[in-house]
Amino acid sequence: MKIGILLKEGPYNHQASDTAFKFAEAAIKKGHIVDAVFLYNDGVTNVTKLMDPPQDDRNIAGRWSELSKKHGVEILACIAASKRRGISDDILVEGSAITGLGTLTDIAIRNDRLVTFGD
Amino acid sequence: MQMENENVKKIMHVLRHAPHGTIYTYEGLEMILIMAAYEQDLSVVFIGDGVYALKKGQDTSGIGIKGFSKTFMALDGYDVEKLYVDRVSLEERGLTEDDLVVDVEVLDAQETGRLMKEQDVIIHH
Amino acid sequence: MLHTINKSPFENNTFETCTRFLLPGDPVLFIEDGVYAVQSGNKFTHEIERVLKTNPVFALRPDLDARGIGTLAEGVETVDYEGFVGLVEEHQVNSWF
Repeated sequence: MKIGILLKEGPYNHQASDTAFKFAEAAIKKGHIVDAVFLYNDGVTNVTKLMDPPQDDRNIAGRWSELSKKHGVEILACIAASKRRGISDDILVEGSAITGLGTLTDIAIRNDRLVTFGD
Repeated sequence: MQMENENVKKIMHVLRHAPHGTIYTYEGLEMILIMAAYEQDLSVVFIGDGVYALKKGQDTSGIGIKGFSKTFMALDGYDVEKLYVDRVSLEERGLTEDDLVVDVEVLDAQETGRLMKEQDVIIHH
Repeated sequence: MLHTINKSPFENNTFETCTRFLLPGDPVLFIEDGVYAVQSGNKFTHEIERVLKTNPVFALRPDLDARGIGTLAEGVETVDYEGFVGLVEEHQVNSWF
């Protein structure tokens, strides 16, 4: 099955990003294709490489980057939401990109499921 | 009988937040406007405080945030015609359809529940 | 249709709202702070029991464990993340937050 994920909250403030990540990992483990994770609202702040949490905490941006590298999951931040929040190409972690809401529409159309995580 | 195009997905947006205290409704509306260009089967449902987004007489000039209640009037021009309001949400806020900036269809929860069941995608904002 | 709820019912009316729109047979999955709803003997137990008469109710085990919730209202089943994925395989998703 092909699954798209929509993540609407930023890292750390809410559990949404953690649940989305765990869900994506489990879906891949079960043999599904996680096509893309689309970041919206504050969700766009999931992929800034300026993120530098304490060593004993998870690095949420790094984790999304790894997921992209290992499994080819596209990690896509909405351009309008990114511009509002100061997220630009030069501060994105590897494996992520900025794109438009049209891409989210494509993700909704081409996948069997679109699963939303938010708060 | 009308043929159903299997490439057209039923996508429902559920607006559940009041308009200015958080950005969810505003960015939700931005998403709806973009998706409208893709000729999918879109619907928008207002539940809970989401119905406040449609309330007439909003003047945001004093809070320094751009108002957008009038943008809902433009949805019709984007062929987003399926606007539904949850009856209980409207009534418990002491509102009627006359208090809203656009024409909507007021639905009982069971009717909305059935519509939800038909969807390919549901996005809450 | 799978309904997920991630809010504590003590703080937020998401559970109450979601149940108004449930159709019989639709599974409900509590995740994140939503799992506080299914702890046995709390003020929402009767509502959980009412939902269970018509709908299967699940809670995400890692979220229960993280919050120290051991005893659940009778009839509530637990799933791990793969179980969550399993529910998504069978149903479209309606994520309430």
